[in-house]
Amino acid sequence: MPRVSPDPLIVTDLACQRGDRLLFEGLSFRVDPGGALQLEGPNGSGKSSLLRMLAGLLRPAAGRIDGGGARGFLGHDWALKPGMRLGAELTHWARLDDGLARLPAALAAMQLADLGDVPCRHLSSGQRRRAGLARVMASGAPLWLLDEPTAGLDTASVTLLAGAMAAHRASGGMVIAAVHGDIGLAGPGRVRLA
Amino acid sequence: MILLLIRRDLGLLARSPALWMPVMFFVLVAALFPFAVGPDARLLARIAPGVVWVAALLAALLPVDTLVAPDVADGTIDQLAARGIALELVMAARILAHWLAFALPLLTALPIAAVLLGMDSAIFWPLALALLLGTPALAALAVVAAALTATLRGGGALAGLIILPLALPVLIFGVGATAPGALKLLAAASLVALAVAPFAAAAALRQD
Repeated sequence: MPRVSPDPLIVTDLACQRGDRLLFEGLSFRVDPGGALQLEGPNGSGKSSLLRMLAGLLRPAAGRIDGGGARGFLGHDWALKPGMRLGAELTHWARLDDGLARLPAALAAMQLADLGDVPCRHLSSGQRRRAGLARVMASGAPLWLLDEPTAGLDTASVTLLAGAMAAHRASGGMVIAAVHGDIGLAGPGRVRLA
Repeated sequence: MILLLIRRDLGLLARSPALWMPVMFFVLVAALFPFAVGPDARLLARIAPGVVWVAALLAALLPVDTLVAPDVADGTIDQLAARGIALELVMAARILAHWLAFALPLLTALPIAAVLLGMDSAIFWPLALALLLGTPALAALAVVAAALTATLRGGGALAGLIILPLALPVLIFGVGATAPGALKLLAAASLVALAVAPFAAAAALRQD
């Protein structure tokens, strides 16, 4: 869905420190437009921290992150207000992203079009995750940062996500996902954190 | 952008059942004082500005738990920051929304408090003007304290301890609104608080 091919994302000598613990250092990789990267590793190895750094939410202890364009971030938190209707929530975020025109397609891609009137507190965790994915899609950001995007999704939704990621990459977008196992990315690069 | 953020904040505040709490609290305090102090009209009128200001300060503090903490807990702040939206802007919008939601109802309830406390117009109008000038500072301080304590459990009580000393200048100039120059100093205190608060609140939210 991004309109122009963005710069490649180039990460150089990145290090991550949380408290006294050095999670990783000397991490370098590159993701080109249309590319995808899977972050692998056991719990607590720094996958989520790396994604938060790439999203600009966490300052790296050392190293550089260049290019990649705007970020669409899917974290573990829903960022949906329980009392608001799903449609109103996603419309608010799409407005911030200047992406109202992209929202209907994103809702359709995640099969959320029928849930627009449902208050967010009534959504299941899988539905909330799909809402988070739809928010990323509607943002129009070329670089998707997805933290365990398939957690809580049923098999049909996993297929929807795989299709959406393929379409995003076909139009020059990039996907970086922290995963346990396969999430349906075709030919991804891999970074393994110990 | 900031208009979108303010609209959003006000939309959420308007849906929250706590919207009327600060103003109800304010009126209740004003109603309690005549009972506590006794029906001495002259005494009541003399302490009225002080009562109103303390009530306004506590009313500003009442929603401090829900000002910033939910947005940190549910990832809203992350989503805003990942979009490259300056947290200073987010916090400035929050201050304005908080002021609109607590100070405007409070100002409209001021005539009720005036009747309950037996204020005459010589006290009422300077006090109303002082509240208008001083409450932005209270809103700014409340948002800073809310941001500072957003990740703490039971941070509301701590937020109160943070704000109360900082609010002293506002209180002093606000109560002495009829003294020469007090309103100017009050406006100055508000301007300083408004200028510093968005940066302080944003710095408090940033992770290391």
